Amino acid sequence: MVDGVMTSETADAPAPAPTAEPWPVRWLLIGTALAFLLLFLLLPLVAVFIEAGREGWEAYRDALVEPDAQAAIGLTLLVAAISVPLNLVFGLCAAWCIAKFEFRGKSLLVTLIDLPFAVSPVVSGLIYVLLFGAQGWLGGIVGELGFKVIFAVPGIVLATIFVTFPFVARELIPLMEQQGTDEEEAARVLGAGGWRTFLWVTLPNVKWGLLYGVLLCNARAMGEFGAVSVVSGHIRGETNTMPLHIEILYNEYQFVAAFAVASLLAGLALVTLVVKSLLEWRYAGELAASHRH
Amino acid sequence: MAHAIRRPLFRKPSVLPGFGLTLGYTLAYLGLIVLLPLAALVVRGTGLGVEGMVEALATPRVLNAFRVSISTSLAAAIVNTVFGLVVAWVLVRYDFPLKRVVDALVDLPFALPTAVAGIALTALYADNGWIGQYLAALGIKVAFTPLGIFVALTFVGLPFVVRTVQPVLEDLDREIEEAAASLGATRRQTFRMVVLPYLSPALMTGFSLAFARGLGEYGSVIFIAGNLPNVSEIVPLLIVIKLEQYDYAGATTIGVAMLAMSFVMLLVINLLQNWSRRWSTG
Repeated sequence: MVDGVMTSETADAPAPAPTAEPWPVRWLLIGTALAFLLLFLLLPLVAVFIEAGREGWEAYRDALVEPDAQAAIGLTLLVAAISVPLNLVFGLCAAWCIAKFEFRGKSLLVTLIDLPFAVSPVVSGLIYVLLFGAQGWLGGIVGELGFKVIFAVPGIVLATIFVTFPFVARELIPLMEQQGTDEEEAARVLGAGGWRTFLWVTLPNVKWGLLYGVLLCNARAMGEFGAVSVVSGHIRGETNTMPLHIEILYNEYQFVAAFAVASLLAGLALVTLVVKSLLEWRYAGELAASHRH
Repeated sequence: MAHAIRRPLFRKPSVLPGFGLTLGYTLAYLGLIVLLPLAALVVRGTGLGVEGMVEALATPRVLNAFRVSISTSLAAAIVNTVFGLVVAWVLVRYDFPLKRVVDALVDLPFALPTAVAGIALTALYADNGWIGQYLAALGIKVAFTPLGIFVALTFVGLPFVVRTVQPVLEDLDREIEEAAASLGATRRQTFRMVVLPYLSPALMTGFSLAFARGLGEYGSVIFIAGNLPNVSEIVPLLIVIKLEQYDYAGATTIGVAMLAMSFVMLLVINLLQNWSRRWSTG
């Protein structure tokens, strides 16, 4: 166009925006991004399912119905069933006092709630070993009471609660702050009690955000490896969660069995991603602002 | 009526109930689950004294583990910053088939358990693996070398840069770029002198988040690393090894050092996020 050469094609097309890249650059960038994601994200995901199915359906099924695998699946479900509701209640409490009231030291409290995300999973396990282990502060008391925390299920639950601690709270706090207190105050003025206000006004307003937080919390609770590995003691059939069972199978060169169990967790991850994306698309306005892409 | 004129010392009055109960529960739960165990680590660590800690840290094996962890995390964070910017740019500015699926897939490393990622990456990059066999033919060994650690850390750190840059890029007013163009800037100049400075706080935040995550990562690394002492052994693995040898003092010392690094990174990230917020709002 600059040279005055105007074919029919360029005449019909709108003038290129001054803020757009020429198409070769555009396609080069898209190609680079997709190649990077294919190499580092899609291939590992596909590899899990293909390696799991390498020896056919029978071998796949055998790996999952075997008693140790069943025990690992059961323990993983149990640990998630305890830790997710506890963090859910905590998340609601923390969000209520932080988002609906003004008080001193609030930002410090928010930082402390986020702390577990900054700590290495292995350190998250280590702190419970130091606290409840044989020479730990509480190890003696717990031992005298006849409890076992480390190398037993309670330790696994505690470590899981720690690593999934912030998920629900950090989803609800910005959401409830954004919604303010007008509706709750109106409910109170109209005569509703505290519980009624919470159940009928606050909870419906945050339900999708709550589901979002619980979903991510659950995915991490079922998949946690490092923290759980440190406190578990790896007793087969007793203190092995699914990720730990995968490690044992893999180290014993039972690759198909390892990938078969891994495929269940990969399936969970995919379901988590699909539901999460659906929530982000459909209920963007009812999630915390950070998720509105 | 005396209450009404008194200035609130601790909190503003409100008609909503439940403040004491919820704050009390929050503090108790936070204290028991997070603060008390972390305090146990710090107290046990400082109980060893400065000399004891230095002695435990200043062995070649520990120092090499720190070198491996820091260098691989740094390399992975740099690669993720470059490619994360490209991915975020493409997702915000262009249209292409399956864009929504690609966008959703970026969060996979957050959702996929680290042990699953670890064995999958090892299957891909082992000498006889899908990708590893071609790299091995070129003489490049990935699995069971520090390069393998880099691959695993690139996987786990991938979403951080994309997800911090994406919303900032969406908020960038196209008129600023149009103004630059109308003043005669080429597209390249506009990008380098207008867009990139605007994105830099977000890029640095994403970089720091990916780096911090890499330092602490364990599950995805140990399968692909080969775990050769002094060569491909990461710091978190060394804590696990010390615990297995009942060397609680050694494990505690390394744990305190890692916690200190986490706190420094947390501080850096908070400062960057505040800067980023001020930067983008005006």
